[in-house]
Amino acid sequence: MMQHAPVMIVLLPVSAALLCMLFSRISKNLGSWLVIASIFGAFFSAVTALQQVIANNGAPLHYWMGGWQPPIGIEFVIDPLSGILAVLITFIALLVSIYSRPFVKDEDWLHIGGYYTLFGLMTVGMCGMVITGDVFNLYVYLEVMSLSGYGLIALGGKKSMLAAFRYLLIGTIGASLYLLGVGYMYAMTGTLNMADMAALSAGHLHSPLFAMAVGCFVIGFGIKMALFPLHGWQPDAYTYAHPGAAALIAGIMSKIPSYAMIRFLFYMFKVDNPVVSSALNVLGIMGVAGILIGSVMALAQYDFRRMLAYSSVAQIGYIAIGLAMGNMYGFIGAVLHIINHAFMKCALFLVIGGIEYRFGEVNLYRLGGLNKKMTISTITVTFAALSMIGLPPTAGFFSKWYLLLGAYTGAQYFYIGVLVISSLLNAIYFFRILEQMFIQREASLTEVHRHKGKLGLPVEMAVPIFVVGIGIIALGFYSVDIVTDIIKLGLPEVFLR
Amino acid sequence: MTIIDCRPFLAVGVSFLAAVLIAFSRKYPNLRETWSAIASIIKFGIILSMVPEVLDGNYYEWTLCQITDTVGLTLRTDPAGMIFAVLASMLWVPMNFYSIGYMRCNNEKEQTGYFAAFAICMSSVMGIAMAANLLTFFMFYELLTLASYPLVLHKRNEEALMASRKYLIYTLISGQLFLAGIVAVYCISGTMDFTAGGFLTTEMAPRWLLQAIFVLMILAGSVKAAVMPLHGWLPAAMIAPTPVSALLHAVAVVKTGVFCVLRVIGFVFGPKLLAEIGTVDALAWAAAASILISSLIALRQDHLKRRLAFSTIGQLSYIVLGAALLSPLSIKGAYLHLVAHAVMKITLFMCAGLIIARTHRNNISELYGIGKKLPVTMACFTIASLGIAGMPFLVGFISKWNLALGALQAGKPLYVLVWVASALLAAGYLIPVCQMAYLKKDPHEDIREYGEISYRMLIPICITTAMAVILGIMPDIYPHFYELATMASQAICAGWTGGWL
Repeated sequence: MMQHAPVMIVLLPVSAALLCMLFSRISKNLGSWLVIASIFGAFFSAVTALQQVIANNGAPLHYWMGGWQPPIGIEFVIDPLSGILAVLITFIALLVSIYSRPFVKDEDWLHIGGYYTLFGLMTVGMCGMVITGDVFNLYVYLEVMSLSGYGLIALGGKKSMLAAFRYLLIGTIGASLYLLGVGYMYAMTGTLNMADMAALSAGHLHSPLFAMAVGCFVIGFGIKMALFPLHGWQPDAYTYAHPGAAALIAGIMSKIPSYAMIRFLFYMFKVDNPVVSSALNVLGIMGVAGILIGSVMALAQYDFRRMLAYSSVAQIGYIAIGLAMGNMYGFIGAVLHIINHAFMKCALFLVIGGIEYRFGEVNLYRLGGLNKKMTISTITVTFAALSMIGLPPTAGFFSKWYLLLGAYTGAQYFYIGVLVISSLLNAIYFFRILEQMFIQREASLTEVHRHKGKLGLPVEMAVPIFVVGIGIIALGFYSVDIVTDIIKLGLPEVFLR
Repeated sequence: MTIIDCRPFLAVGVSFLAAVLIAFSRKYPNLRETWSAIASIIKFGIILSMVPEVLDGNYYEWTLCQITDTVGLTLRTDPAGMIFAVLASMLWVPMNFYSIGYMRCNNEKEQTGYFAAFAICMSSVMGIAMAANLLTFFMFYELLTLASYPLVLHKRNEEALMASRKYLIYTLISGQLFLAGIVAVYCISGTMDFTAGGFLTTEMAPRWLLQAIFVLMILAGSVKAAVMPLHGWLPAAMIAPTPVSALLHAVAVVKTGVFCVLRVIGFVFGPKLLAEIGTVDALAWAAAASILISSLIALRQDHLKRRLAFSTIGQLSYIVLGAALLSPLSIKGAYLHLVAHAVMKITLFMCAGLIIARTHRNNISELYGIGKKLPVTMACFTIASLGIAGMPFLVGFISKWNLALGALQAGKPLYVLVWVASALLAAGYLIPVCQMAYLKKDPHEDIREYGEISYRMLIPICITTAMAVILGIMPDIYPHFYELATMASQAICAGWTGGWL
């Protein structure tokens, strides 16, 4: 069983998702529990796999599908980076899947089953993307993730159709660009296996085809990451997504393409060749513009979800500039920020989903006195907000710390200024919310789903909110372990020389 | 010798624990305030128990966990940190009782949040005092900003909102700049541990970079220390309840700013390096200017708490100026004045709070005749005022004496004039208050009793006044502030005489 852990990460949720409709037909809630259980299984497998990798001192775990050897067959590779991300994805997916049950509870079997099928498939797509060792297989998982993502966004209600359709159009361009890039690479190297392609592409690093491929990857993943200025689809998609799934979509979905970008630029192509370094420069400029414009746009919003969406544009910019620094600290900062930001954004979307569930309100100027009604949620928002600003000891501080170190060691002082300004802009728009919640007079809110009791929300919703809130602090205290025991074990070769 | 002992963290942790207990005893005011009182006494006890070893030249040190791959969350008790830790924990004890009296007397709302935030502030102050490296220092520094923010916001009205925003803008911006400075220090030197006499050298980086780092790091301290022109938040923050103004805006928060300046000058850069790169003169000018300007502004304030706030700005700049003069005696004077000003200013603020609570009068021009109604309070107020003005046999004298000697030692005798002028100005803005209280007749005879005399408020005032007198006559009485200050300045200035003498 242990040696099958890598494939279980994907296999369990995919079978559960496919069986979900059938089970839901039998009994309304059975399908949803099946998916939740399978995601728990996947989480468990991911933890097991990561433990094995760490026990082997960072040596990657290879799993050959059907026993076919790598250049021919598809393999799953779990190295420390993909292992930690698989754990992250399954953990957040588990929390969100439990959390979203109250949203669909009153629907008929078709809705519940459909929702959880899409949810399971999305988890599969994201997990598959991080653990696969094959570039075409990655495309398949990218599409699985995106298609189920379109579905989950479209489930959100009136305006979500348009948002989903827009994302579908733009997202397809991104995916096609990626496929095009894979085509170029295949034309040059004749292989689809990542390790193989990395070795074989060494001789082609100066060919124009390679430059084309890198360009396609950067733009393709840039669209999927919602990197400024390719983020047009994102604010609407996050705002109108199904409130139950928004935490997963906003928290994780846009991080996975950035993982893929890391895999290509840092692990396969190395960063020390001219094409990739100029790609990184472009990435840096996009990141800086995203940080500044995203933060300013977030200031201008009054819809809580939309504000968070623009804040995501800015936070993705952090990841981009971390990569653009092209040194070890920048890389560590970027990876750590993927993890931290997943938690922070997930926490915030869980809370706004809860507020929407209970009061049907998303206007951030109408949240006065919320600390009395939903205490746990407001504590979580406080932690997440402090983490967004990057104040110690919350998680966000530590990724910022490594990013600052990276900027300094790379003598890119400009980034230091940008990070400082961005923290301050974050402070403005998050303290605005904290002021609303804690200080302002109680807003007259109508209770859509009346809920008495201390938690302020159904238990299924309150517990995940509490867990991510604590998680933000815990990640802060354990960030040094994540960095030294996991990320540093799996650093790309270029930084080890 | 280093003693591995977790007591520093216990001192920090005890008030964190108290904050949690306070939050859970929302419904029982007596229990809630008992937690706070117990925590303050235990904290003071823990800190005092470390004093003897520190006086023998030993350090207590404990690393709780790693913050980053190379830097730990470490607390260490060196003499400089010990001065601040003893001072803050010592003053928290009487302050606690005063707080209880004041909050109940005024029937303030949100008392649970108030006491909890207060306890967290004291934890962070302990952390700041004993932090062994820059990153630990920064973590507690930001925590203090966050924990003191709700206290400024306590009144929950428009004015408090504006004051708290102003406070956040000042402190967060400077905090982020400080962080940028820390990163630069770490990258050029590879370490962050405070070392007496500084760990940066001219070989590590070009001159301009060292100057830039110095400016970044000093800005953070100067904002919290309210050195002009970065003082805007302090008078605004006087909207907070008086105990907050007394302990935080006269002792803890502003003193962390000053302490930050002292740490950066003494333990990161060191006097030798600073004398070489030279930016420190600008700091000395700013401090001297702010001493004089703030005193002149204080003369014109009619609101009692605002007058005291401007007086605080001036007095804090004494310490900054002492540090910026870089001579052994001026640094010793700076540490002594850290103690002296805290004891005097907390007394003044507590008196002001009692006057406001009893008479509901905020303005000095309305205080006629209260000397008769509140004789003990006004006596204490007068003693503390004289101390601020630098009377011998009161606590402010010995520190000013050292500061003035330090200016001579540094070869900058003009600064002595600044201190003389400011002493006169201090007398000029504080003595009229006493004059008003004692000599002016009440024309309307309309001071009536507003509630009972609260001994919870009066006794702490008497205690701190007694401290001011005792420390003035015997500056080295237990817990040996004078000795600790001498040790700190000797450690910083080992082999450095300040240039002139």
